[in-house]
Amino acid sequence: MTDEYEHYEAVVVGAGPGGAAAAAALAKQGVETLVLERGTEAGSKNVSGGLIYAEKSAPYTIDSLFPDFREEAAERPVGEYYMHNIAGEKVKTFDLNKIHHHDTEWCDAVLRRHMDSWLADQVHELTRETGGGLLTDVRVNGLLREGGQIVGVTCDELDPIRADVIVAADGVNSELARDAGLMDWEDPEEWFQGVKAVVEMDPEVINDRFDVSPEEGVAHLFGGDLFQNVRGGGFLYTNEGSLSIGTVFHLDSLADERAEPHELLDSLLTHPLLDQWFQGEYDEREYAAKLVPDSKKVAHPSPHRGRLLLVGDAAGQMQAQGPIIKGMNHAVTAGGLAAEAYQEAKTRGQPEAAGALYEQKLEDEGVMKQLRPQRYRVTRFVSESPPVNWLGEKVLNSRVGGVGIKAFGGLLERSFNSPFVLGMAPDTKLTYVTAPARIGEVLGTPVTAENDIEPPELDDRIGDLTYNVGDPHIEVLDDSFEASGLAVTACPVSAKGFGGGCYREETVQTNGSTERKVSLDTQPCVECGTCAIVADTHWEHPSGGKGVEYKQG
Amino acid sequence: MEYYGGVNDETLRPPTVWYTDRVEINMHMVVLTKGVPDFREGKVSFDEDGHLERGKTPTVMNPNDKIALRAALQTKVKHGGTVSLMSMGPPGYKEILQEGMREVYADDLYLFSDREMGAADTWATAMTVATGIEKLGEEPDIIFAGFKTADGETGHTGPQTNWCLDINENMTDRPLITHVISLDIDEDEGIVRAKRLVEGDVSEIETIEAELPAFVVTDPEFVANYRRAEYRLRYRDLREETQERAANLDLDEDVTVWNHEDLNLDPDFIGLDGSPTIVAGVDPIPKGPSEREAQMITPDDQEGMEAVLEEMQQFVAGD
Ligand SMILES: Cc1cc2nc3c(=O)[nH]c(=O)nc-3n(C[C@H](O)[C@H](O)[C@H](O)COP(=O)(O)OP(=O)(O)OC[C@H]3O[C@@H](n4cnc5c(N)ncnc54)[C@H](O)[C@@H]3O)c2cc1C
Ligand code: SF4
Repeated sequence: MTDEYEHYEAVVVGAGPGGAAAAAALAKQGVETLVLERGTEAGSKNVSGGLIYAEKSAPYTIDSLFPDFREEAAERPVGEYYMHNIAGEKVKTFDLNKIHHHDTEWCDAVLRRHMDSWLADQVHELTRETGGGLLTDVRVNGLLREGGQIVGVTCDELDPIRADVIVAADGVNSELARDAGLMDWEDPEEWFQGVKAVVEMDPEVINDRFDVSPEEGVAHLFGGDLFQNVRGGGFLYTNEGSLSIGTVFHLDSLADERAEPHELLDSLLTHPLLDQWFQGEYDEREYAAKLVPDSKKVAHPSPHRGRLLLVGDAAGQMQAQGPIIKGMNHAVTAGGLAAEAYQEAKTRGQPEAAGALYEQKLEDEGVMKQLRPQRYRVTRFVSESPPVNWLGEKVLNSRVGGVGIKAFGGLLERSFNSPFVLGMAPDTKLTYVTAPARIGEVLGTPVTAENDIEPPELDDRIGDLTYNVGDPHIEVLDDSFEASGLAVTACPVSAKGFGGGCYREETVQTNGSTERKVSLDTQPCVECGTCAIVADTHWEHPSGGKGVEYKQG
Repeated sequence: MEYYGGVNDETLRPPTVWYTDRVEINMHMVVLTKGVPDFREGKVSFDEDGHLERGKTPTVMNPNDKIALRAALQTKVKHGGTVSLMSMGPPGYKEILQEGMREVYADDLYLFSDREMGAADTWATAMTVATGIEKLGEEPDIIFAGFKTADGETGHTGPQTNWCLDINENMTDRPLITHVISLDIDEDEGIVRAKRLVEGDVSEIETIEAELPAFVVTDPEFVANYRRAEYRLRYRDLREETQERAANLDLDEDVTVWNHEDLNLDPDFIGLDGSPTIVAGVDPIPKGPSEREAQMITPDDQEGMEAVLEEMQQFVAGD
């Protein structure tokens, strides 16, 4: 009897917002639910920039499932939202409050270690009542199949487990989505890379320097020419007693430009504009990085296979609406809908229809429309094509363009505030670099302050992180520089000429000729997922409780 | 059902999984422990001559006993039952029992303590502990002890306790399994299956089976294994519940203290008086000449004991 596999009605993989929402919704409907999380505590593996939205139109919000969420798990409510268009030391600031408040019930800054571990406690209580519960330190390593059908999951730490429904909420680089053949990790164009520093700052100092009350927070976004032509931008959010400052770049652009992610972050941190907030003091609590899927390209239209339902980043449901990043809220919605779909399907006596029903709900509730706007699909082909871009750049950079920007400065600010325009915005240098830089140049005023803070060196950033080193979890399949060389720069904890990171470039002498190779040491790996895409690797997550442990997230 | 943390919502489905799959055989386990000086950096205190200052060094639970406690907890998680943590020592040892409960697990705590029991060697300790176990009434299915104590003690207490139990007619003889690194109970067969290090050597591992009840001495290499989610969930429940219990422990109320009268022990057989071990420095004690005739002394009073000591004097000089 005890040799048989265990069975739970539902198994939820991952205890981020998506998994927490799915598990809570399942448990509230009385479904026996087991949640498996690989981190040593929920949140210890997770990074976000940090604004969680509750959208008015969403069928589920985090506080609808966890009523005390804002009080217990969040940092400051964020009411103000600004975009700084930067050209050298010239800056033009747009007020983006309109887009920020569009369809927004509320929006709070969060730190993921605290948020996710709080959620996990609630989830454990709820699921325990149904005979399940939440376990940390368990890594699911694949799908259990029988006769070709998915019937459960396999784990590093546990014997296989059967389930009637499996919710994969295992985030970006979902091993389950890959195992099911629903996602591949091939194309850098489909991903962003986010890098972030959490910076210590006293609550009173924050109130003072950001001109907010203790119960208020603010968001600042940054775009323009400060990121060496790499497509993307920066953010700064106020927490209770710290700041979250980071960058999000298109992975293809980052890799192609051979830019160093930590240097791009430093470009932001040391820009004169930030001196008003740092005033010469800089104390970094944590450096972190993670990939972010681009829903416009990878939100799976049919995120299920058999008993397996994908939720959140695992399904590519991460929406970049111009500078606004919405992943956590969509993960929550999707988790709620997946639970609802399973319960409905079961009531109808067809639990196997849960996946199809889930897909339908994502469509009916308008989630898919947000994630993959039709407008983007229609306009992308034209606007991302090189001639159009070339033309756009020419116009913007011309004197005529400058005149236009001057004349239409207000209109530009309004279009940044339009979800319609942002949904259409192409992923080109034009939108991310040229336009903001040009706006800054034409409309901006110079910042005269001197920002002389010194962010930590990469080896100190690595040294400050906590690791529980296990077996290597990434294997380089092709170590030639052509195949895997991009990782040397794109890996956020590696750098050209730096020996203490994960990826290193080496020259090997063979029969008189020299070859460029890469070598890998996974010890300082922060599991961001970048080299799964830009290098030729066999990439897995470390076993439960192993690898990096974020304290902030 | 207490296990479900006081949830009594009828709308919820009855718990199914662990309840149907788990085999409740309600094992009773006893774990033996003792206090040792806290050797951790910054805690331990030495005098000018480099001697340990017991008074100034805090006493903590022998780390190896926590490993024994983990083995007992694993058994409880998988098969149900109760874990009694037991020690002999001064009243301050209640805190050591509490520590064991907080950091690992225990259902109930027993301390054998009074002045008569002081300064006992392993043999006298074993005698006292064995009597305590007998007094529990119901015979434990498994008695666990940790490997050697951290203060350079002999590692004899465990095995000697078992001998004391063996010579006790009221108790079943039990196999002694030492250097255990992993453990499973086969409920159907009523046996314990253990992996152990042969001669304590990490390179040689054997699997053995023994009938219950048994006496298990865990090796520092012991690892509990929980390869089913239901075990880990139950483990989590038990840990949370005991940590709370340990934090709110009333040392006077919640620790059962038995003195030599409670145990019906003759003071002459316990404590210093009942300790045949004589510490004679670090040199080995030479064996007595084998042709010598055995001399029988009954050490049941002061005089008898003195005679024993006198007889032994000649062998302990060390040269
Ligand atoms: C720098 C940065 C900034 C961002 N900013 C924002 C923002 O401001 N607002 C916003 O809404 N979103 C933001 N995002 C995106 C957001 O973090 C994600 O969209 C969101 O976390 C997705 O939630 P999820 O539940 O799907 O996955 P996750 O939060 O990633 O959770 C997945 C969980 O599954 C666990 N797991 C993974 N694999 C396994 C396995 N094999 N076995 C067991 N457990 C496993 C992980 O440990 C993790 O706990 C940002 C992301 C980054 C990197
Ligand atoms: S080794 Fe790969 S997964 Fe690890 S931090 Fe570097 S790029 Fe990210």
